[in-house]
Amino acid sequence: MQRQFFSWFHFKESFPDVASGFWLDIRMFLVAEILILSFALVLAMIRSLRGPAFFPLRAIVVTYIDIIRGIPMLLLILLLGFGVPALQLSGVPTSRIFWGVAALVISYSAYTAEVYRAGIESVHESQRMSARSIGLTQVQALRFVIVPQAIRNVIPALLNGFVSLQKDVALVFVLGVREGLREADIYNARTFNYTSYVVAAVLFLLISVPVARFTDWYTERDRRRRQAMST
Amino acid sequence: MTSPKLEIDSVSKAFDEKVVLEDVDLSVGLHDVVCLIGSSGSGKSTLLKCINLLVPIDGGNIVLDGEAITDPGVNPNQVRQRMGIVFQAFNLFPHMKVIDNVTLGPRKVHGVDAAAAADTARNLLDQFGLLDKADEYPDRLSGGQQQRVAIVRALAYEPELMLLDEVTSALDPELIAEVLNVIRDLKTSGMTMLIATHEMGFARDVADQVCFLDAGRILEQGPPAQIFKNPAEARTRQFLQRIVEAGRL
Repeated sequence: MQRQFFSWFHFKESFPDVASGFWLDIRMFLVAEILILSFALVLAMIRSLRGPAFFPLRAIVVTYIDIIRGIPMLLLILLLGFGVPALQLSGVPTSRIFWGVAALVISYSAYTAEVYRAGIESVHESQRMSARSIGLTQVQALRFVIVPQAIRNVIPALLNGFVSLQKDVALVFVLGVREGLREADIYNARTFNYTSYVVAAVLFLLISVPVARFTDWYTERDRRRRQAMST
Repeated sequence: MTSPKLEIDSVSKAFDEKVVLEDVDLSVGLHDVVCLIGSSGSGKSTLLKCINLLVPIDGGNIVLDGEAITDPGVNPNQVRQRMGIVFQAFNLFPHMKVIDNVTLGPRKVHGVDAAAAADTARNLLDQFGLLDKADEYPDRLSGGQQQRVAIVRALAYEPELMLLDEVTSALDPELIAEVLNVIRDLKTSGMTMLIATHEMGFARDVADQVCFLDAGRILEQGPPAQIFKNPAEARTRQFLQRIVEAGRL
């Protein structure tokens, strides 16, 4: 077993390729995360608009969230990553990395929008009324008053999403994208040795464990602050 | 008599099945101070929120300076800029400094540039003894100071009418006076006000008219001397009796 999984020779041999693939994972993660945080916020804000005038917009967002959350992410990655380039539409990117990241953004945004929404709903109703009473429109009230407070309330949940996404970027390996897991897989296929997977696992842990610790630290600090404020 | 500043004409409101306002008629003259009294749940707060168009009414009209503001074509944001409203608590935006709380409306709604808005805001804060708090965050202020800032914030866009919704109910007793004094100053300056309050002594001193609300209806209204000394309705007498027993009048 030690030779199959923890061989120092294979560790050294596979490390450069897996690491360079993992660097692609990190870049995909960063791009996806930025897009997710922005797009999900827009979705959540639309979903929080009130009144019959906004019903069509709200309905579109709710439908989007329901459908996307109901589809396995792997399926979405395959669908977009293989499906769209196969259509050979002119002007549409054919890069599998592009569509892999797009699938992640589409899928994660639906979940993240719900995290934001929980945050928006946790802000006291008087804040919305106060904002409206000074003449702000619904969108202004959300933007200047509600959302800044909402985001603070859900930072731990958003960080939790970071950890999750940071691992899930590896799913695009199914598209043949040569990211960390794919490189580990290629090495394994060549040598029948599993150490390369361990290399990939170590690299993922190097990112996710610190983020998880940071999340806990932040949550605890926030809890203390709130306690100090309510005394 | 000139036409009233604000006229509430048979306004009704129900939340689902629960009737909270029933056929309410009320008229507030220019520079008048009208106090709404009555037990919790009698509809005082809802009435104020209806006037500010924060809560849509089911029936009737609300008329400001002769214009029916509850008509469907009216832009509520424009109406709201003509009146200030202050709630019981959670008025201030906790993530903004006092000065930014006060200037947000003028900057974003009225398009006043930041420097001019800050000048006006500092003048107002100074007038209400709050200038040294301008750069503090709300959680560094006492409850009374927070409510005074909330009043200043409403005044920043020069409203024609102030709606005060139990602004002292969430305060420690020793902080109530400073807020009530601000309201007295506003009356002296001629501000038209509609005030929902549980402070009966204050209502007696400051009000031109007192309305007693019970179960969503205005059961009785008149000058404070009449309502507090010689109420016509049994229900009003009963309510005041309880207030006296509680030592609040």
